[in-house]
Amino acid sequence: MVASIAFYVLAAATLLSGLAVVMSRNPVHSVLFLIAAFFSAAGLFVLLSAEFLAMLLVVVYVGAVAVLFLFVVMMLDVDFAQLREGFAKYLPLGGVIAGLLAIEMIVVSAAVVTRGAASGVRDVPAPAADATNAEVIGRVLYTDFAFLFQAAGMVLLVSMIGAIVLTLRHRPGVRRQNVHDQVNRTRAQGVSVIGAPTGVGIPDDLPQAARTPAE
Amino acid sequence: MIPASSLAEALGLAAPELILAVSAMLILVGGAFGGRGSSGVASLSAVAALIGAAVAAAWGDQGVAFRGGFIADDMAAFAKAAIYAASAVAVVLGERWLGRAGNAQFEFPVLILIAALGMGMMASAGDLIHLYVGVELHSLALYVLAAFQRDDARSSEAGLKYFVLGALSSGLLLYGASLIYGFAGSVRFDDIARATAALEGEGTGVLFGLVFVICGLAFKVSAAPFHMWTPDVYEGAPLPMVAFFTTAPKMAALVVLARLLYEGFPEAVDQWRQVVLIVALISMAVGAFAGLAQRNLKRLLAYSSISNMGYALLAISAGTAGGIEGLLIFMVLYMVDSLGLFACLIAANRAGRSMENIGDFSGLSRVNMPLAVTVTVLALSIAGIPPMAGFWAKYFFAFQPAIEAGLWGPAAFGLLTGVVAAFYYLRLVKTIWFDPAPGEADVPPLDAKLIAYASAIWAFPVFYVVVSLIEPYAAQAGRSLGLS
Amino acid sequence: MSSQAATPARSGSVLTGLLIAAGVLSLVLLLGVAVYFLFSSIPEAFWNSPAGWVAVTTGQILAFVVVLLLSLAFLLYADRKIWAGVQLRKGPNVVGPFGLLQSFADFLKFALKEVVIPAGSDKAVFLLAPFITFLLAFIAWAVIPVAPGWVVSDLNVGILYLFAVSSLGVYGIIMGGWASNSKYAFLGSLRSAAQMVSYEVSIGFVIITVILLAGTMNLSGIVENQRGWFWDWHVFGGGLAGLPLTLVMLPMAVIFFVSFLAETNRPPFDLPEAESELVAGYAVEYGSTPYLLFQIGEYANIVLMCCLYTILFFGGWHPGFPTGAENWPPVLASMFGFGVFAIKTVFVFFLVSIAKAIVPRYRYDQLMRLGWKVFLPTSLVAVIAMAAYRVFGPEIA
Repeated sequence: MVASIAFYVLAAATLLSGLAVVMSRNPVHSVLFLIAAFFSAAGLFVLLSAEFLAMLLVVVYVGAVAVLFLFVVMMLDVDFAQLREGFAKYLPLGGVIAGLLAIEMIVVSAAVVTRGAASGVRDVPAPAADATNAEVIGRVLYTDFAFLFQAAGMVLLVSMIGAIVLTLRHRPGVRRQNVHDQVNRTRAQGVSVIGAPTGVGIPDDLPQAARTPAE
Repeated sequence: MIPASSLAEALGLAAPELILAVSAMLILVGGAFGGRGSSGVASLSAVAALIGAAVAAAWGDQGVAFRGGFIADDMAAFAKAAIYAASAVAVVLGERWLGRAGNAQFEFPVLILIAALGMGMMASAGDLIHLYVGVELHSLALYVLAAFQRDDARSSEAGLKYFVLGALSSGLLLYGASLIYGFAGSVRFDDIARATAALEGEGTGVLFGLVFVICGLAFKVSAAPFHMWTPDVYEGAPLPMVAFFTTAPKMAALVVLARLLYEGFPEAVDQWRQVVLIVALISMAVGAFAGLAQRNLKRLLAYSSISNMGYALLAISAGTAGGIEGLLIFMVLYMVDSLGLFACLIAANRAGRSMENIGDFSGLSRVNMPLAVTVTVLALSIAGIPPMAGFWAKYFFAFQPAIEAGLWGPAAFGLLTGVVAAFYYLRLVKTIWFDPAPGEADVPPLDAKLIAYASAIWAFPVFYVVVSLIEPYAAQAGRSLGLS
Repeated sequence: MSSQAATPARSGSVLTGLLIAAGVLSLVLLLGVAVYFLFSSIPEAFWNSPAGWVAVTTGQILAFVVVLLLSLAFLLYADRKIWAGVQLRKGPNVVGPFGLLQSFADFLKFALKEVVIPAGSDKAVFLLAPFITFLLAFIAWAVIPVAPGWVVSDLNVGILYLFAVSSLGVYGIIMGGWASNSKYAFLGSLRSAAQMVSYEVSIGFVIITVILLAGTMNLSGIVENQRGWFWDWHVFGGGLAGLPLTLVMLPMAVIFFVSFLAETNRPPFDLPEAESELVAGYAVEYGSTPYLLFQIGEYANIVLMCCLYTILFFGGWHPGFPTGAENWPPVLASMFGFGVFAIKTVFVFFLVSIAKAIVPRYRYDQLMRLGWKVFLPTSLVAVIAMAAYRVFGPEIA
């Protein structure tokens, strides 16, 4: 009973926040509602006793991805009124597509209700009773899905390479801090003592190197 | 297919992928330490890795690994060898081209290697997850390649357009895949086949999902009506990248589509055939008629590739082993023609600028005879004029299986659009041979020239020898899906 | 946080303080006895019913929050005293004996002021931000085992839960900075968010080395894994067979310490509120209760991290030598464990305070360099080394 109440509350929260993501006028509010939706979805995972996935959802999506979304949206200053200009024009087409998708969802749900989710094609071995979430996932992730796991890593690698290729520019003349050089600088490199007789001062023909201490 | 018994054996089956992934990472590290000067060495190693991977794919062990998700069979081997070979050519073309454009970077061969890795995954995919990860892996690399000339506004625009529409198509693909999974209860193609057989006509939901997946993959092969991005991206992206886009990714996407349809839905041939046929017919029509209005050669070739994808999908819709065989050989011949034509475009420059418009080619025969002959041979071949390779590709390998499967009407329609499309290739030939030349052409760069000549020689005489050599392999590959 | 106007300490204040302390202690003892008798009269069946579960959990949560808030008040005082001591100042010494009640005075000052909401701010988000910070700082405590069996919720994935909650901490800051509608606040919040996200990565890797060593993500399990002598603590490789792992775990402990300073925006990484550059960072526009919530949340997070440090590396409630506490009555053993745990945690907090007092503030690019170019690669290598040792090395008890 408690579980079903929790389910309906979380599911409603997920759906409402999802709706609010699309409907809010302020993009920052949209992202905040998106975070709420992620959070409720994590709660749904917990109800399925997939607590490991729930935590990962929070760590990865809420803790990292959504922060970057928020960063971008806060700094971009998106004008939503402008974005909405074509709203009425595309509404019929969008409505048709949304309706189609909704009908499909209903068909799928109806089929699952009448026949049960098409299971029984392949017997899933039940995990040992005392095995934790993380153990069960780890056992298949690093064996049967090792290839996919690595391939997913390659996807991340290629996006990183892409970001660097498209944005990194090596500008000439940029002075960077080199901690190693700084630490290794000796007194002799940094300080030069020049005799400056009274009333004469530093000679004009002093080499530039002696005038400014070495970098 | 024998399932791999241990992780080591499974990794052995995936040797081509391992070679590509490891060499991509090594080149990346080497390049990071070697700096911008290391792009030549990087490209050379990338070509070596691609050849090594092709050899490993062609002569390596066969079997099923990773819970049925990775299939190494004859079809995968054939497709991978072709994909890796096309990628190697693209590395050579691109490295020299970027060098001339002053933008040689060691990341270029790495991106091609990773794209080839993703395409190999698609060719070997035995379940929906491998399919999706493969699609994503190669697409991401392609988006970056399209925008590689980042200081060129058109290139950046091409990259962005490709990225946004590609993301949309990935969404469609995923949505369809999740519908299929929801109904079939498994992501493996053979399990899906068993589940759909058990549904006995109640499988409307599965077919919904399948239509979405077909749409997603049609985006990737730029088949109409999902072709909107193609002309813009081809026009904006750097030439060697476009040469790559028109060849290897299409082969991979078509092979994975064929495997999904044949292995996942053998019972539902009649249903999916309609969808594939519609896409094929629209592609042929759009490719032929919209191409007529084009003056820019890159856009023209974009429409040409759209119509050719129509022919390839026609071969798939046959639903027989002959269809697969026809698809594979058709795609190989198309890839050679297409690479050759783009090599010609790279080779043809006037005053340092690429000859992009048809008008730029006028009188090429009086300026550069060998190049003019090459372009003519390749254009006639891709138009399907006998005795060139393209004629056989189109009529024997693409239409024949469809006709044998009783698809007379679509084949006849294909013939008709082929005649229309021939017009714009012939117009190019006429421009080259009969129009006055506006000025001298630059000396073509060696690499592009050689690749163009090689594909022209392939398109006319060599093809007759080679096709009899590769046909048995293609036939074997066609039978590997367990069809008659 | 300015201390009140200095007036000379009254001579009788020591005696008053002692009297107050004795009074409070006896009151608590009396209450405890009364509660014990009250509860022992309730039948067993009640505790097994849902209502009983709710009652017990609520009681546990209340106990945790009250103790935590009280100790926060005194740790804040200690922080200021230590800082003052290093600078040869006296620190707060006016309110109550030795200034012990300074934190309560500050609390009252904040609570009684008017809440000012700047014009042009996003009201809902502006008020939500400190609330989120405060809430997150406290829900994290749900999984912290302070003594054998003394934990509100003994989650299987406790450490992931902590990591998740601490990674959410950034929202309070970024929302507060944005909603204030002020350049300084926004700049401060951006800096802070980037800093926290960066250091989370290395914290995550350090946690993974500990998980690999302990073989569990349950915090009680991690502490139990360090039972016995002090060389069984994770910082020394979790047992004699793992002694070579000290080479990995000691640097990891250092990285974790520095990273948690950065993660909680403590000096020398207090860039978000660098008063010389950004006035007070994301909190510029905040005052009274919302500001108080930010401050309490921040300190609760620091103390949480101190606890986590103790649990992950320094044996939690195990004193470092066999005591035979397992054979004692459970209540006594738990009391003893709690004492040990509290001493260790306070010591870690002392280190945090000292760091604030003696280390100058980092420049922003140096901070980023340290996080991404030093800590990240080091912890990555450490994860690989640890995994290799666990696979190929000897079995660690």
